[in-house]
Amino acid sequence: MTEFIEFIKNNLELLYILILAIFIGVEVIKHIPAVLHTPLMSGANALSGVVIVGAILVMLHADPNNYLALALGFIAVVLGIINVVGGFAVTNRMLQMFKKKKK
Amino acid sequence: MNITLSIIYLIATVTFVIGLKLLGHPETAKKGNLIAASGMGLAIIGTIFLHNLEVPNFIYLLIGAAILVGAIIGWMIAIKVEMTKMPELVSLFNGFGGASAALIGIVEFGSNLGNTTQMITIIAAIVIGSITFSGSMIAWAKLNGMMWKDIRLPKYNIINNLFFIGLLAFSAYIVWSNIDSNIIVYLLLLAALIYGILFVIPIGGADMPVVISLLNSLTGIAAAITGILYGNMVMLVGGILVGSAGLILTFAMCVAMNRSLGNVIFGAFGGGGEAVAVGTSKTGGTVKKTTASDAAVMMNYSDKVIIVPGYGLAVAQAQHVIHELEELLTKKGVEVSYAIHPVAGRMPGHMNVLLAESNVDYDKLIDMDDINPQFKNTDVVLVVGANDVVNPAAHNDPSSPIYGMPILDVEDAKSIIINKRSMNPGYAGIENELFFNQKTSMLFGDAKAAIQELLTELKGM
Repeated sequence: MTEFIEFIKNNLELLYILILAIFIGVEVIKHIPAVLHTPLMSGANALSGVVIVGAILVMLHADPNNYLALALGFIAVVLGIINVVGGFAVTNRMLQMFKKKKK
Repeated sequence: MNITLSIIYLIATVTFVIGLKLLGHPETAKKGNLIAASGMGLAIIGTIFLHNLEVPNFIYLLIGAAILVGAIIGWMIAIKVEMTKMPELVSLFNGFGGASAALIGIVEFGSNLGNTTQMITIIAAIVIGSITFSGSMIAWAKLNGMMWKDIRLPKYNIINNLFFIGLLAFSAYIVWSNIDSNIIVYLLLLAALIYGILFVIPIGGADMPVVISLLNSLTGIAAAITGILYGNMVMLVGGILVGSAGLILTFAMCVAMNRSLGNVIFGAFGGGGEAVAVGTSKTGGTVKKTTASDAAVMMNYSDKVIIVPGYGLAVAQAQHVIHELEELLTKKGVEVSYAIHPVAGRMPGHMNVLLAESNVDYDKLIDMDDINPQFKNTDVVLVVGANDVVNPAAHNDPSSPIYGMPILDVEDAKSIIINKRSMNPGYAGIENELFFNQKTSMLFGDAKAAIQELLTELKGM
């Protein structure tokens, strides 16, 4: 229990942001037309690739002699950037198709 | 932290919110995607260069190489993939995001011993990241047809739930015992990976839109948790946005199937065996077969035709021929529209993307609630590769597993043509009495070939 209270105390700001972000997320995405469900999903998917920032931090902080950490960090960066680049690119491709017949 | 970097993160966070907002409207969606992407690019570049650490050059080189390799792979996949394969692609990328979070957790484990707060986030990142990874890979394999059957262990519900509780207990134990052992972490990783597999493997294909949205949401949560670990706001907010977007879609899909989330995950469709038995005893009767030329005549002389696309259309890649058919009929003065069920296909909005690819005007894609009243005045409904979303059992058979699910009321139409490969029941494994309806005629064959034939017949008229 003390750990729990300690946790809240140390992370109060983060908790505020966390909770407010949940509300923003819900409000922003509510009432999205069905046409856009797939692009929204793949766009959101690309956003979750933001985890790559953490992967880069792992590599920056790693002890240069710790090859295991560097190797795992390397894989994490590769996977993260595939998620980001692939996700945004494919979303763009999809939306281009929607655009064409708008005229 | 470097102040410039903080400002960059702030800007990136704002672009994420604006980007998602713009993604919600057809006119602005493309702009939204680009805005979010540029914010992401800024955040990545900033993270690499704006810090106060002493970093040897070869590490920069490694990061650069990783980004180059990954970016090329991601780009190639994105431009090559066929639109029918979108659900697979989203699962795949999703899994990669989850794996990335899990790997970060593993590396950070060793350097954060004794700090309970950090430990909680690290363990959570490993567990959620790995579940997302293995779950997404299974979803990917299933969608790819590599695992056609839904494998269900006996009493899989109980096994899964016990396993999940065990996983939580194990995680809690690691956090509070402060064990300094890599083996323990790898064990946890393994357990989480296994749970991901157990979690997705029994879920049926018809429920895939729900599972994919849910896994999408989980990757976001994993990213947000790593954000807490580093006190990094852009990761936290970005991750949470994805998490809530995914959850909203998940619930939207559940509503479209009239089922609760728990029901999907803990599998009510499991009772497939009994359901089929009940279904068959009720239906029986004979089906009426038709030929392409008869079907073509029917459509040629009608005023209004509604096309109901389903997963079969995607499998057969028939989105282009169906559009040709629609154009030809329109030219002949027939009013044609498409009825889109929210869970048709294998991911939310799957049919919309396919038909958009073949240039179907999106005013012609009509959502379930708007089109249902129109079936009454429709001469011919052409069902292509859809089954459960038009099964009247959802209305009138309380014993059916899909009872209560909103469906497209195609039986209100004057006549119905159903294109299917064979009489096999759909993904949910339920008999469809619509096939035995007096008004129904069956046009057997692969969707692409059958529609092509229909098109040729129509051209000759």
